[in-house]
Amino acid sequence: MKIPSKVYTFLIFLFLYAPIIVMIVFSFNSSNSTGLLAGFSFKWYSVLVGEKDIMQALYNTLILAISSALISTVIGTAAAVGIDKWKKNWLRSSVMGVTNIPMMNPEIVTGISMMLLFVFMGKLIGKEEILGFETILIAHVTFNLPYVILSVLPKLRQTDSFLAEAAQDLGCTPIKAFFKAVLPAISSGIVTGMIMAFTLSLDDFIISNFTTGPDFQTLPLAIFAMTKKRVKPDMYALSTFIFVSILVLLILTNVAQARGEVKKNKIAKGDA
Amino acid sequence: MKKFLSVLLAVFLVSSLTVSVSAKTNLAALKGTTLNVYNWGEYISNGSNGSMDVNKAFTARYGIKVVYDTFENNEVMYSKIKGGGVNYDVLFPSDYMVARMISENMLQKLDFLNIPNYKYTDKKYLNLSYDPKNEYSVPYSVGMIGLIYNTKMVTKAPTSWTALWDTQYSKKILMINNPRDAFAIAQSILGIDYNTTKASDWRAAARRLKQQKAVVQSYVNDEVFDKMESGEAALAPYYAGDFLTMKENNPNLAFVYPSEGVNAFVDTMCIPKNALNKAAAELYINFMLEPDVALANAEYICYASPNTAVVSNKNYSLKDNKYLYPDAASMPKTEIYTNLPQSTLNLMGSLWDDVKLYNGNNVKTVIGLSTVAGIAVIYLIFRTVQKKRRESD
Amino acid sequence: MKKKLSIGNKVVASPYLLWSILFIIAPMFFVVYYSFTTSSGAFTMDNITELGKFTDTFLRSIWFGVLATIICLILAYPIAYIITQTSANSQRTMVALVMLPMWMNFLIRTYSWMAILQDTGIINTFFRKIGIGTVHMINTPGAVILGMVYNFLPFMILPLYSVMSKLDKSVIEAAQDLGGNRLTIMQKIIIPLSMPGIASGLTMVFVPSVSTFYISQKLGGGSFDLIGDVIEGEFQQLYNYNLGASISLVLMILILLCMVFLNKFTSNEEGMVI
Repeated sequence: MKIPSKVYTFLIFLFLYAPIIVMIVFSFNSSNSTGLLAGFSFKWYSVLVGEKDIMQALYNTLILAISSALISTVIGTAAAVGIDKWKKNWLRSSVMGVTNIPMMNPEIVTGISMMLLFVFMGKLIGKEEILGFETILIAHVTFNLPYVILSVLPKLRQTDSFLAEAAQDLGCTPIKAFFKAVLPAISSGIVTGMIMAFTLSLDDFIISNFTTGPDFQTLPLAIFAMTKKRVKPDMYALSTFIFVSILVLLILTNVAQARGEVKKNKIAKGDA
Repeated sequence: MKKFLSVLLAVFLVSSLTVSVSAKTNLAALKGTTLNVYNWGEYISNGSNGSMDVNKAFTARYGIKVVYDTFENNEVMYSKIKGGGVNYDVLFPSDYMVARMISENMLQKLDFLNIPNYKYTDKKYLNLSYDPKNEYSVPYSVGMIGLIYNTKMVTKAPTSWTALWDTQYSKKILMINNPRDAFAIAQSILGIDYNTTKASDWRAAARRLKQQKAVVQSYVNDEVFDKMESGEAALAPYYAGDFLTMKENNPNLAFVYPSEGVNAFVDTMCIPKNALNKAAAELYINFMLEPDVALANAEYICYASPNTAVVSNKNYSLKDNKYLYPDAASMPKTEIYTNLPQSTLNLMGSLWDDVKLYNGNNVKTVIGLSTVAGIAVIYLIFRTVQKKRRESD
Repeated sequence: MKKKLSIGNKVVASPYLLWSILFIIAPMFFVVYYSFTTSSGAFTMDNITELGKFTDTFLRSIWFGVLATIICLILAYPIAYIITQTSANSQRTMVALVMLPMWMNFLIRTYSWMAILQDTGIINTFFRKIGIGTVHMINTPGAVILGMVYNFLPFMILPLYSVMSKLDKSVIEAAQDLGGNRLTIMQKIIIPLSMPGIASGLTMVFVPSVSTFYISQKLGGGSFDLIGDVIEGEFQQLYNYNLGASISLVLMILILLCMVFLNKFTSNEEGMVI
């Protein structure tokens, strides 16, 4: 890489990582200031582990993200498989249009509109305190679905449309044909969609803010509440911990992918 | 007569037995249930710095799980409860908000048989205008709003609310982010009653607030703690109790009750109409009134306490604090908020929008947007002309 | 056989159809309903007429959104191109490094910028040490736009990179053979071919920038309330669901118009390639 490119790349990455570096450094601050470094200490990590509410919120967030990712992947994949075979008529374009709505809509509008819906439904079924785990799960699945569908559809288009027919000619029932022939071919799209859904769910706070109840607190909401009061560095400790975990995960997947490609190349070249 | 009396005595004994038996079974039935509490932020002793963790202590004693949620001001709390969809069992509204919620049928009457510690409430906080018969609320903390300032950053100690408009401290001034308190400060300066219903009064106050915008660094609620303690801001209106908390972290801070007058408030504990666990709620309220618990809370949040057991306690460190318990000579002019009629509330909301959105220099925005729009339109026209020309070639 | 298949395709998609009607379309009706009624349910146009006082805020939000989007585009384009020029292994690493901040909590990243930009923050402490003195950066429009650019930059880099990495190298080589210099190649080949990526990136940055509400509160100090703040305020502070809904409705329509405009703008390009 030429020098200007190198400098530019460095600057951009510095910009992207500046607050993260600040966060990591201050998580080891020995005073409870978020602006002045006093000394080095691990104490905020021990404070963090002791904060039951935060641990509960972390647990809630993981459960929510996993559930919403699974549910939206199942419904979304089924939808994509079906829609892909539809004729290109008004029905198909309007359904695709509706699918785009949660992505195009500002999150705050999605959040308040779902809250209005849930409160109305609550009044209908006579359960006043309707906001809670169920409503936030529904909201998360709703904004995840378009991403799943839009990840799987292109893969379906790439797949040979006669794959399923060929499998059936060889004796499979239509359902078995799907699971044995089509599903593996689109698996990368499904996985991408699922990972996107999981990520979006993990970090969402605007929509969660409007659709959850007091007994189901997620991590972004807990952090939001913390930033409205006096902020203590244990929040930084939490983020550093999350950051390091994800970094490790990324490194592992990168290494695995690189190894996989080396293997592929070897097989292609006729070694192995 | 004797027989009658003995029958009466027997009936009395039996009924008192059943009352105490049912009270005992009540406690057992409540074990394992959940209590949803909705309180101000930083408003309960939470176990840090060696203080009592009140919620933990409550759960330890009664086995009831406490779900503790916080709000930043009365209006946010009101919106959440009115909007529906959530249920809380204990709320901590301020005086005027209690009056509003009573008038809108949002609270339920308390059963004081279940709150025997009510006896510790100082008489001077009873029978006030917002709950004249003391049916819906129990006082939790009392106080006054004042002006906090950093002695290292201001040249002369302020004595008036107008210090918050002083251009000398431009961008180092914080303003409170809720309409009632913000308007009250402007109304103090203008000599207007906080509970006026005259539209012209509110508009005059709004004009004053718009003038202030140029020197305001930020509109804050609990963010004030970090900003004043770190020295990011020099002046802020906030409550006396919070000043004491901040002073522990920054000794350069000082406090004054401005001469024009300040708002005095009573924060109370109430039970909303749709509470699912009223029995546990009353137990919680009673727990908060217990002498040790009330003392722990008073020491932690540093607000003045309406609890006689706290004020008379020899170990209460803030007993003689001149800001919390001023003597007659240094008592400032105070006024309490009352609930306003809906039309005034609507006007206040609308004017608050105007103040928050007021921005002197719109010119830049309009110029910037029209330039971009203009360039985009010209580019589109240029592109279409090019296309047409190529097609005709 | 074909008829069975077509019904089967409808059945398998039906959970989604039901879900979308219930949870995507129905909420929209509620927004419309609340926009045109008073708090007691009577029909009114008041909520729409009251919107007049928010024109400044709408304009400011759109202006900030446009600025943030343009800056993101200018910053992201070179880096996306640079990444495509590196080896396959380092490309993967660099893309991962671009995505990593996105996984961090958005609130904390924004809050950290506050700690960096404050008058008592890191940059100013450094400035004071080396004698420059305090530079007031926080609670300015610049800080808000910086926050927007920071939070949404990866959303611009990734689609651009994705499209550019799939560019057929032979097209570029052919242009070079025909005597094109770097500037011409950039202008006539790479930019037009990467239009789908640009369009996607513009959308993914503009929509959240226009409607954000946390960034303007923390980095703008409450003096530059954007339309997202107003909506949040109406719902959570002022309990005026009707006004909040009408503002949301107008915001949705505005964004739709901008998207249509953007589509016309970028789809024209596809006719330019030889």
